[in-house]
Amino acid sequence: MIPEKHGALEELAAKMRAGRISRRAFLERSVALGLSSSAALTLLEACASGGPSASGIPTGTHLVYWNLFGGGDGVRMVQMQDDFQKAHPEINLEAITLAWGEPYYTKLAMAAAGGRPPDVAISHMTRMPPFAQGDLLDPFDLNALAKYDITASDFLAPIWQRGHINGQLYAVPLDTHPFVMYYNTEIAKKAGLLDASGNLLPINGPDAFINALKKAQQVTGGYGLAFAINGDVTNWRVFYSLYSQLGGQVLSPDGKQLVIDDNKALQALSFMDDLTQKSKVAPATIDYGGAIALFASGKCGFFWQGEWEVTTFQTANTPFNMVPFPNIFGGGQCQADSHTFVLPRQASVDPARREASYLFISSLLKDSFVWAHGGHIPAYLPIATSQEYKNLKPQSNYAGVAANVVVDPTAWFSGSGSEFESVVSAPIQASFQGQLTPQQALAQLKASVQKLLNTPSPV
Amino acid sequence: MSDISIQEQAAKAKAQTGDVLARTRANRWRVDLAGYGFLLPFLIAYALFLIWPAILMLRMSFFNWSLDGHGTTDFLGLANYGEVLSDPSFWQALWNTIVFTVISTPALVIISFILALLVNRAIPAKGVFRTIFFAPFIIPVSVVTIIWSWLYEPGFGLINGTLAEIGIQNGPNWLTQPGLAMIAIVILTVWWTVGFNFVLYLSGMQQISRDLYDAASIDGAGGWARTRWITIPLLGRITLMIVILQIIASLQVFGQIYLLTAGGPNFSTRPVIQYIYESGFSTFRVGFASAMSFIFFILVAVISAVWFSILQRQQRGNN
Repeated sequence: MIPEKHGALEELAAKMRAGRISRRAFLERSVALGLSSSAALTLLEACASGGPSASGIPTGTHLVYWNLFGGGDGVRMVQMQDDFQKAHPEINLEAITLAWGEPYYTKLAMAAAGGRPPDVAISHMTRMPPFAQGDLLDPFDLNALAKYDITASDFLAPIWQRGHINGQLYAVPLDTHPFVMYYNTEIAKKAGLLDASGNLLPINGPDAFINALKKAQQVTGGYGLAFAINGDVTNWRVFYSLYSQLGGQVLSPDGKQLVIDDNKALQALSFMDDLTQKSKVAPATIDYGGAIALFASGKCGFFWQGEWEVTTFQTANTPFNMVPFPNIFGGGQCQADSHTFVLPRQASVDPARREASYLFISSLLKDSFVWAHGGHIPAYLPIATSQEYKNLKPQSNYAGVAANVVVDPTAWFSGSGSEFESVVSAPIQASFQGQLTPQQALAQLKASVQKLLNTPSPV
Repeated sequence: MSDISIQEQAAKAKAQTGDVLARTRANRWRVDLAGYGFLLPFLIAYALFLIWPAILMLRMSFFNWSLDGHGTTDFLGLANYGEVLSDPSFWQALWNTIVFTVISTPALVIISFILALLVNRAIPAKGVFRTIFFAPFIIPVSVVTIIWSWLYEPGFGLINGTLAEIGIQNGPNWLTQPGLAMIAIVILTVWWTVGFNFVLYLSGMQQISRDLYDAASIDGAGGWARTRWITIPLLGRITLMIVILQIIASLQVFGQIYLLTAGGPNFSTRPVIQYIYESGFSTFRVGFASAMSFIFFILVAVISAVWFSILQRQQRGNN
């Protein structure tokens, strides 16, 4: 096009975008300028439904987002979604929450395998590798991420690295969520377990811990401690935290061999057995909801779970505080995982929706102070190192553990909500409930994991 | 009529019958065509969504087929079938399924029969009782399991709470004791689905003529005798049908077990369908799961065939 025509066309296009001429007028004048009508129509399409959007993304772009946040943190995620929708009305966000664990990952896998998955989804960091290796995820474009203020320097190096498979980034971390301990401040005070400033006195070693729980049990008349046992992955998290504190490993780094140290494992399992069977300071047959109900209503002094239930207890007005998982065996570890954003593989990528996905991820990361209210430790360093996060209680009490957490062993069958967690939790539950001795439970656990190791990998 | 000879009468009758027959034969293929035409939409859907996927599943079972689309050319021959048949988890799941079927089927048949007997009497508010017994059947499985998981909750669940009130302090651990968990599931299933069999039995009973009962009472038969010798035999065919349907449905149990105990405690209630689902969708091993599916399909088909032949023999016996 000759420069004058180009200039005149630009003027027309600007007028069109500002809404000062109608489409018909635009078409007529651009054709009069000598532009073919089809080219004029193409230009018209580019102006879309009129009105510029601040993000440059066409108005009315549909963005589908799947997550698995149903607990106390789910409320915060909905808040962040609303914040995003308000800030970006040009994007039509459709957020869907699915049940945690198997129901979520099976659907995500099938949707990605069929080529029509959500535009952006949540994945645990430990479940991401088999999905990436199975070609169910698209890698991130680092330049596009940088445009939205997401770079390697905005995250702790280990967590940023974990999101990479074969040198490409498949997962942008949102948070780290460790296994922590909640305690009822009033019950702990009556049991004499708090110091002058109201913080928990240090408890060293397994016997001291059981004694502290017994004191709490005397105050409540019910139990000292509660945690989910029936059919729940919490069994594995408790075991893995304690076993790691003793220095134990489950799988070799390449994920091909079982390297469980029997003595350390039995030490952990015997202590756990003591809690429910010998000293009976914790209920043996309780499920996820039951354990929450027990702690929320003040019928037990201590509660073990991930930090995501903080909102639940704040809503229930339970007088509580949170601290890192007790260092019973000295190593100081606790089990954790991370939530990340992933891009499921699309049959054909719509550039507007892909752009909207990057914008969405960036907005949520910048808004993750809201997410921190739900209990999680934000991965985005500008938020995690901010003063307001440091002042957030009780969340900042356990923020320091992020460096010392242990994640599930790496293998194609492993990760949060995986078959691995299911087959190891079952014998541990049987041990808690007295149906198996710790030795029998360990034998079954090892046999089940070995069976998974012997199975040919489907990815 | 008298002046037409017998031969002529016979010839006329033959001609008339011939006409009718000709009309019927001509119409028959048209009638058949219309019938198939009406069946066609269903047949197409059936072929597309049941038969074709079943054929694909058979094909998948011979490969190391993965959910993410890999392994489709990794031919394994019968290795998947061998692995299924030598997998102790499969046999345990099969055993759990059979235990569930063996316990729940008699319960669902006998209890529904008794309920139908009770409601069939000339009692006031018959309709109310019919509704009460059938109503749980229309509740979806997720709602039923939420209700019952709170009923079974140890400590403060309604069942153990009531037992504590009447003096039994340490109520049973319904969902966490390996033997008891299956009983808990059967109780839930009976409460939930007895209404269906109940309605079938009730309609069958209402078709039995009152005269039979009256005649029997005149002859001196008491209540139990009347039931034993009139009601039960006359409901024989319905009973057989209910038993067949119940067995086939029970073998395919999945929903309430998955939601209530997730196959626990320690896999003691996990049915075959759940193991197939976990192998195929959680562990991504679609080939292995397909082999297991096919083996289980053969099993259910054999059991159905056995019961069907019993039904056929009974029908022939009646004729």
